[in-house]
Amino acid sequence: MLEIDVSKRLRDLDLDVKLSVSRGEILMLVGDNGSGKTTLLNLVAGLVTPDQGRILLDGRALYDSFAGVNLSPEARNVGYVFQSYALFPHMSVYDNVAFGLRTRKLSEERIDLLVRDHLQEAGLWEIRRAKAAKISGGQKQRVALARALIIGPSLLLLDEPLSALDIRKQAVMRRELRERIQSCNVPSIIVSHDLRDMASIGDRVCLLEDGRITPIGRAEMEEWAGGSRGSIDGSGEGMS
Amino acid sequence: MAAREYKYTGQPAPNPGRWHWILKAGLAMIICLTLMFIALPVASLFLKSPLDATLRSLGDPMVKDALRLSMMTSALTTMMVVIMGTPIAYISARYHYPGKGVVDAITHLPVIMPPAVAGIALLMAFGRMGVLGQYLNTFGISIAFTTLAVIMAQVFVSSPFYIRQAKTSFEDVDLALENAARTLGASRLYTFIYVILPLAMNGMISGAITAFARSLGEFGATIMFAGNFQGRTQTMPLAIYTAMQGDLGVALCISQILVVISFLIIALVGILARRMCSRC
Repeated sequence: MLEIDVSKRLRDLDLDVKLSVSRGEILMLVGDNGSGKTTLLNLVAGLVTPDQGRILLDGRALYDSFAGVNLSPEARNVGYVFQSYALFPHMSVYDNVAFGLRTRKLSEERIDLLVRDHLQEAGLWEIRRAKAAKISGGQKQRVALARALIIGPSLLLLDEPLSALDIRKQAVMRRELRERIQSCNVPSIIVSHDLRDMASIGDRVCLLEDGRITPIGRAEMEEWAGGSRGSIDGSGEGMS
Repeated sequence: MAAREYKYTGQPAPNPGRWHWILKAGLAMIICLTLMFIALPVASLFLKSPLDATLRSLGDPMVKDALRLSMMTSALTTMMVVIMGTPIAYISARYHYPGKGVVDAITHLPVIMPPAVAGIALLMAFGRMGVLGQYLNTFGISIAFTTLAVIMAQVFVSSPFYIRQAKTSFEDVDLALENAARTLGASRLYTFIYVILPLAMNGMISGAITAFARSLGEFGATIMFAGNFQGRTQTMPLAIYTAMQGDLGVALCISQILVVISFLIIALVGILARRMCSRC
């Protein structure tokens, strides 16, 4: 279980977040631009340091200002899919996915087995030698997800993972994304603006507003979206 | 008050007429004159000294010494500039800290400082009676008027060229890539070596080549701080200056070598710039 209780003073607002995500649960985080959604992911990943508070993962402190604990990002074992995907453009698809295993100093034989397995599962084996900068948006999304999952993360963070895809690809990817995340059985937080993402991928939705987290249901979700960002119709299979 | 009406009449733009052609001709003339102004003196170096005379002068001890010393000192200078400048460029590109503006100003100061002033400044710092030099002198270490002084003068004037280019290259590397590497288990050093360095490499090489070119052409600071001793501190620009008072053929020969090296450098930087653009 992931337990977050942190505060951070940002330029425009004070972030004061209390949140918990169970093992295997997918939490959808929504909020307006500049509400601090990405910052919250970065706080959990260790890329930004909170002013104070605690972040516990399965009882282990990732950050604890009271005990003076602040694990570096590389020590947190977090799978993070960035909004821009942040694939290393000078590396091949294969090397991008293998990166996290090489930092863990696994043998090349073991790395090859794991990378082959993940690339085949994601339908990327045929383009393994292509430079990451040269592949399509949908392929980039799959590579970014495979790269985050191959390290066996204890926690998954995805920042608008479908926003760079066109609408037709998004529909296909939603189901695939949910299946692949569920197979990890770890707490997951997904930032999204799209009602269809919230409905078909997430188990629970929380709104980040004025620096605070509020759980919201289907009605509030539609109210927040103002009916202009998409419809849930016909895609509500994931919502509890 | 009645609202004014703005209507598109559907008429084509008026014919530019003869003024258009006069402007074009004027621009073409300015461009030609500018190119001639730069190209004519360079071409004259080769027109005034036939190839056989140049080849004969290549055997002159002064030319050989100057060429060897210039290449050796410029290569060492470039290595030092890269080693010393890379951390400054990276930190300046990535971090904000108190006094950053002052640090940036100090690292860029040699670009606008006249080379002769740079030479005197180095002499006042590292000369026998200099601020630091007087203490070094008590240990029998004398820097001024040695080959080391040539390298120091070159490092002083050329380092900003590398630092500026390297800093821009580091800034161009998306911060999300660094963050992604860190979340994938890479330490800061691992991230720097395997992610940042390969992406910034073309820009860094381009900066190093520019610094090499600047150090190869360095004159003012070198003559003030290192003097003009053949085989020890007399680099190619200093040899040209010396030869001008005796054998013009030697001066022309060294000048031609420097021009050829300059063209090679421009070509190299151009190739690297294209490689950088194709990666974008």
